[in-house]
Amino acid sequence: MTVAGFDAARLARHQARKRTNRVALVLSLAAMAFGVFWLVWILVETVRLGIGGIVLATFTEMTPPPQAETGGLANAIFGSAVMVSLATLIGTPIGILAGIYLAEYGQKGWLGSVTRFINDILLSAPSIVIGLFIYSAVVARFKSFSAWAGVLALSLIVIPVVVRTTENMLSLIPNALREAAYALGTPKWKVIMLITLKSARAGVITGVLLAVARIAGETAPLLFTALSNQFWTSNLAEPMASLPVTIFKFAMSPYENWQKLAWAGVFLITLGVLGLNILARVMFRNKH
Amino acid sequence: MDARVDLPATEKVKISVRDLNFYYGNFHALKHINLDIPEHKVTAFIGPSGCGKSTLLRTFNRMFELYPEQRAEGQITLDGANVLEKRLDVSLIRAKIGMVFQKPTPFPMSIYDNIAFGVRLFETLPRVEMDERVEWALKKAALWTEVKDKLDQSGAGLSGGQQQRLCIARGIAIKPEVLLLDEPCSALDPISTGKIEELIGELKADYTVAIVTHNMQQAARCSDYTAYMYLGDLIEFGPTSDLFMKPKKKDTEDYITGRFG
Repeated sequence: MTVAGFDAARLARHQARKRTNRVALVLSLAAMAFGVFWLVWILVETVRLGIGGIVLATFTEMTPPPQAETGGLANAIFGSAVMVSLATLIGTPIGILAGIYLAEYGQKGWLGSVTRFINDILLSAPSIVIGLFIYSAVVARFKSFSAWAGVLALSLIVIPVVVRTTENMLSLIPNALREAAYALGTPKWKVIMLITLKSARAGVITGVLLAVARIAGETAPLLFTALSNQFWTSNLAEPMASLPVTIFKFAMSPYENWQKLAWAGVFLITLGVLGLNILARVMFRNKH
Repeated sequence: MDARVDLPATEKVKISVRDLNFYYGNFHALKHINLDIPEHKVTAFIGPSGCGKSTLLRTFNRMFELYPEQRAEGQITLDGANVLEKRLDVSLIRAKIGMVFQKPTPFPMSIYDNIAFGVRLFETLPRVEMDERVEWALKKAALWTEVKDKLDQSGAGLSGGQQQRLCIARGIAIKPEVLLLDEPCSALDPISTGKIEELIGELKADYTVAIVTHNMQQAARCSDYTAYMYLGDLIEFGPTSDLFMKPKKKDTEDYITGRFG
């Protein structure tokens, strides 16, 4: 249907514009479908191969020797939980404080620029480099693989992610809000803690969760630091098992019981990261 | 250019500006401003965009200090002290001189805490007195009846006009002596604007009000004195009725009659 009063040339241009729009829409839908296809495939495979391994023994028994009848991932689950939590506890405050410095204090000065630059390098550094660094700085010096070294390596991955997201989220807070707080005579630290950081809270937490999700699946930095352990240990000075390293070791093996546990581990990590994300969304929905 | 007029003897001067110059880096934004702002009156600042009226307002509470490349020279005397002097505690100046901005800026907290936030900076009040103060400020800002049943809800959930009145209430709650309003109605619909203009008329009984506005009718409606500024100069200052009915300068007349700007 055409509307009266449009001459042929205008109509032709209008049709051309509609065609362009349709082409762009099809292309972007195709790109989305391509991405979603692989994502769904990965999730389906994870669930299909992993869900069978989710039995009580997986959570109660230690990683088994090859071709054993029983066995679980208890020590690896525990090791991952301990190292990821500690690395998050160490990395988050440092990252948030540095992010605050960059966004609220050091926007223009040379120290801010240098920090931002180094942080960007750290952010894009391959995790294996960080693993090797901790290996030479800690493991080689103390002549022992240890969970502490693993925690250090993981927290070095957490820090730049949190710094970057905290700075970005704080920079998104409009200056008008800061000015309004200063206009009441609020001291700077209170403006930051009670107004800007609070406004940026959801974004900052998302950054922390992103970091957690990333280190939960990191293998390379742990291979060189925490190594692995067939047995249960809560001593952080000893090598400690973790899900990613166990998956790495088990998935590459020819033993069927190991492969099955590797898939169970993959499923658990995916589930854990998903759970964290849902938790964060629920926690920060419809709050001030 | 010196457009300073002496206020009528009946007026008490609240803020006295003498030879004020202001710079954004190298840009000279305010040139030798001399002005007396009368107590318990509404003084409006009008002029085309970029004339320096907001800049002038932001010198009164040293808001410009947040930006290192901005600086002011001269004197702004409030109750006998030059607020531009570095050794004066800027927090205490801002407690005396409240400010409301162009866009409503509710803090990320409940309506109650939005008001209590500023009060807590300077006073430690028992809960009952804080409740009274919050109610008092919200009533002054003509917002109480609309929010009294939802004080624990987020300030961001209010309409634009309500948010702006919340910001006025927040400013009043710390009991300042001067209120600076920087285009407080420019983001609001006519009904909210009407409410805020009405409020400005009531506030001058207790406060000295300075308002920057792009709306000349607004200046004519709710101010007692008006200053016309252009390119960093104060062109004309006087009682609002005189400035609008019989401006002394040709420039002022051209602007208010719409031939320019």
